[in-house]
Amino acid sequence: MITLEAYFDYVILPILSISVMLVFIRLFKGPAVVDRVVALDLIITIGIGIITVYSIRSDQQVFLDVAIILALIAFLGTVAFAYYIEKQKDD
Amino acid sequence: MIDIVLALLSTAGALSILFASIGILRMPDFYLRLSVTVKASTLGVGLLLICAAIMFPDVSVTTKAIAIVFFLIITAPIGAHMIGRAAYFTGTPLWKGTIADELTGMYDEETHTLESEEEERDKGDAPNIAETDEETK
Repeated sequence: MITLEAYFDYVILPILSISVMLVFIRLFKGPAVVDRVVALDLIITIGIGIITVYSIRSDQQVFLDVAIILALIAFLGTVAFAYYIEKQKDD
Repeated sequence: MIDIVLALLSTAGALSILFASIGILRMPDFYLRLSVTVKASTLGVGLLLICAAIMFPDVSVTTKAIAIVFFLIITAPIGAHMIGRAAYFTGTPLWKGTIADELTGMYDEETHTLESEEEERDKGDAPNIAETDEETK
């Protein structure tokens, strides 16, 4: 009988780690700046998922506060990048 | 019983995050990548957070998880719209197989405002479609 803890450890977390690695390839390849911004946003979003699974596994509900902060930072980062990339054209 | 529900929810969440990351790697141009990743990753993280909300027998954790899901669902489309708009203005080329770009010539180059008159379209330039796969890869 497979326990839920083992399932989280050996199936869910490896899938999320492989996802982060795949997005990192896009972050290095580019080719444009906007591709990298979207890749960074996706990495932070997957990070929220990893923190959630880790907080379930370690039974520490405090980690969900970190997830809130990361969600805020991801949104603010994307909006700030978009704002300045759009202004850059006007020079 | 509740273990099975949690396993199903977390599997669906992890798989949609995996599909989002495969999509950002494999899709041929920026706009398709944006369209794939935002929806799938929001769904995946939302399912994982619902999983956490069920797992902890505490009202505060459930409220917190639902608040994160709500915040993600509100902010993800806004961020995606803004970065897509910025990419369109800075001239990111579309995939070479694109057959229609309805925004061509509709944006004012100086003020970045959207025109809606049909006659404005004709004097607009050609859509910014890439010649080869290499430009958008």
